[in-house]
Amino acid sequence: MFEYMGDRLSNAIKNIRGMGRITEENISDALREIRMALLEADVNYVVVKEFIASIKEKAIGAEVGKSLKPDELFIKLVKDELVSLLGGDFVPLETSKNPTILMLVGLQGSGKTTTAGKLANFLRKKQAKNPLLVACDIYRPAAIEQLETIGKSLGITVFTEGKIAPVQIVLDALDFAKEKKHDYIIIDTAGRLQIDVALMQELKDISSTINPHETLLVIDAMMGQDAINVINGFNEALSLTGTILTKLDGNTKGGVALSVRHLTNIPIKFVGDSEKLDGLSEFFPERMANRILDMGDILSIADKVNDIISEEEALDTAKKMKKGTFDLEDFLATLKQIKKLGPLENILKMLPQARKLGINNVNINPKDMAHVEAIILSMTPYERHHPEILKATRKQRIAKGSGRSVEEVNKLLKQFEEMKKMMKMVSSGNMKMPF
Amino acid sequence: MGLFDKLKKIVRNKPQTEEQQVKEALYDVGLKKTREEFVSKLSRLGIKYTRINDAYFEELEDLLISADIGVSTVFSFLERLKQRVKKERIENTKDLNEVIVDELFIIYVNNESLTTKINIVENSPTIILMVGVNGVGKTTTIAKLAYKYKKEGKKVMLIAADTFRAGAVEQLKIWANKTESLFYGCDNIDPAGVIFDGLEMAKQQNADIVLIDTAGRLQNKVNLMKELEKMNKVIDRIIPGAPHETLLVMDASTGQNGIMQAQSFKEITKITGIVLTKLDGTAKGGIVLAIKETVNIPVKFVGLGEGMEDLQTFDIEEYIYGLFKDMM
Repeated sequence: MFEYMGDRLSNAIKNIRGMGRITEENISDALREIRMALLEADVNYVVVKEFIASIKEKAIGAEVGKSLKPDELFIKLVKDELVSLLGGDFVPLETSKNPTILMLVGLQGSGKTTTAGKLANFLRKKQAKNPLLVACDIYRPAAIEQLETIGKSLGITVFTEGKIAPVQIVLDALDFAKEKKHDYIIIDTAGRLQIDVALMQELKDISSTINPHETLLVIDAMMGQDAINVINGFNEALSLTGTILTKLDGNTKGGVALSVRHLTNIPIKFVGDSEKLDGLSEFFPERMANRILDMGDILSIADKVNDIISEEEALDTAKKMKKGTFDLEDFLATLKQIKKLGPLENILKMLPQARKLGINNVNINPKDMAHVEAIILSMTPYERHHPEILKATRKQRIAKGSGRSVEEVNKLLKQFEEMKKMMKMVSSGNMKMPF
Repeated sequence: MGLFDKLKKIVRNKPQTEEQQVKEALYDVGLKKTREEFVSKLSRLGIKYTRINDAYFEELEDLLISADIGVSTVFSFLERLKQRVKKERIENTKDLNEVIVDELFIIYVNNESLTTKINIVENSPTIILMVGVNGVGKTTTIAKLAYKYKKEGKKVMLIAADTFRAGAVEQLKIWANKTESLFYGCDNIDPAGVIFDGLEMAKQQNADIVLIDTAGRLQNKVNLMKELEKMNKVIDRIIPGAPHETLLVMDASTGQNGIMQAQSFKEITKITGIVLTKLDGTAKGGIVLAIKETVNIPVKFVGLGEGMEDLQTFDIEEYIYGLFKDMM
């Protein structure tokens, strides 16, 4: 997302570098680039105007000190302004009530049902909650089945009563939750247009019946300038407590993220960043600003890694690498951990300077990784610990077993040897890390 | 004769069949939101500035951008407009309105005779493949198309090749029952396999129109896009020359990402047309113009409401008339 913003900006500020001070002339190119980038990212045009005016005012008046060069100062200004646009502080989800009731609303096709599943998964994993999913989309064919399928795959209970009045469904769901000790209720509602009076009334009725603690608008990050009307429409009817931005894993620039908070003061609480059911992340304005400006989002990577890989595992691997006893069995385990992190592309994108290094848009074929895995899995445990015993006949057997060619087996072994050499060098201090 | 008069004449001289009346009414209602937003703002701009000046152009630029017309399309549009103002010595904003509509029209028409016709083949099933990103309304659009062709007396078949989203096969099956269409779908993981079996069945049963539903895919997901290539190969193997139409379904409220969607899908597969859904729900929909200018794919259908009859063949004259009739 925001792919070009960082690029455009870094090109434009080259002119400012080396200048003694910031003047209206030397930042005019940069400002124009920012304006274009923001408009192309579907940031609301009113927000764009204010943003540009505000940066201009602050930049021209700013003191260029000893510590900050003009271009650095300018970037800092843009970043601070971005953070404040995105909403300043992180606003967490309400979780303290028992049961906490959360209602998801939005247009058709914004991703409510999938998000409901992701949220339930998130709450169970991160907050140790026992969530209940409630199917209130009585209009779209097979919507209830969709939620049921998602619930089943997660092992989370889905409350359904077929196609009866949603108000009745939520009341019954509340009783059910109390009886079965569910402490978090997530209500999936049907998609609707904010101008559809009858359907909006239905939402108001649901809302006044159960008084949800959280009413979250699920909104497609690809949405254009109309997004603001949608948000306002739902907010007037329901007083939203937050939004969830979906489909941010597309190459959308998601300018709507920049408009939401500024124009409505409603915080973004989550972003959906993959199709998998763990593809939901909490929204941190500062981290997002860093990502937009290509300053990296190491904190989010660390979060992801911490979720998946335990500290002991990581330490263990590091020790083995140091000692040089890292074998193919360990390599296989590491591969599996990496796979759990989700698509590797998504992680690479978050690295600082990802764009400069050209790794923001790489495509890693998950099949390549699967092939490596297949080859290692076709070895006996002894072979994995002692790859040096692998000669022609063994290699042929492994190739056959994994459905790959002998050349590929050779390639993997060679790469693994080189990797081991590098590890030894790094840990013995004979080589400087490249960063 | 000015453009407004011409348009009025074209629309009014159309044979007033019942179908035509329904169509006009649908365009009228479906475009209401856009008309009220965009056109009334344009009129107000004309009242605020009676004479054309820089401030006027600046506000016009905001207005066009806010309609999702696309940043680069707007900029080149304004350049042309400024030239015409100079050349034709237009001074007051009222005269300019007609020129604005004319230029918007030109972006879309662009010296080409546009075809919104669906390529229907004789002697073999016509295969229509539906693609698009997640949540744009592919499955619902298929239901509406099935309803339309059924009404025309065709034997319609639906194939559920969205094996990814939970409940998608079930959803299409319900629609197949409602529209009394043939149906093929199973929980096979491989969509190409589903298509293979489905098309064999279509041939056996002599279906006239086969609509294939595919999983929503974001255009930057390489593997999913590759899967689409594979589906195309399978289709061509069973019915040479097919798919006869590959329609990209797109949500009318999509912003600039719509251009990227159209471009990426076009690179992978031969997109023959766009179906613009949910046009009644947005006040914008200017992305049609941006896509036409940058990617040159015609819009073939527009979704103007939630009812089964609300999917209409795209008619640029009705569209422009429906938008600007208050100004004419």
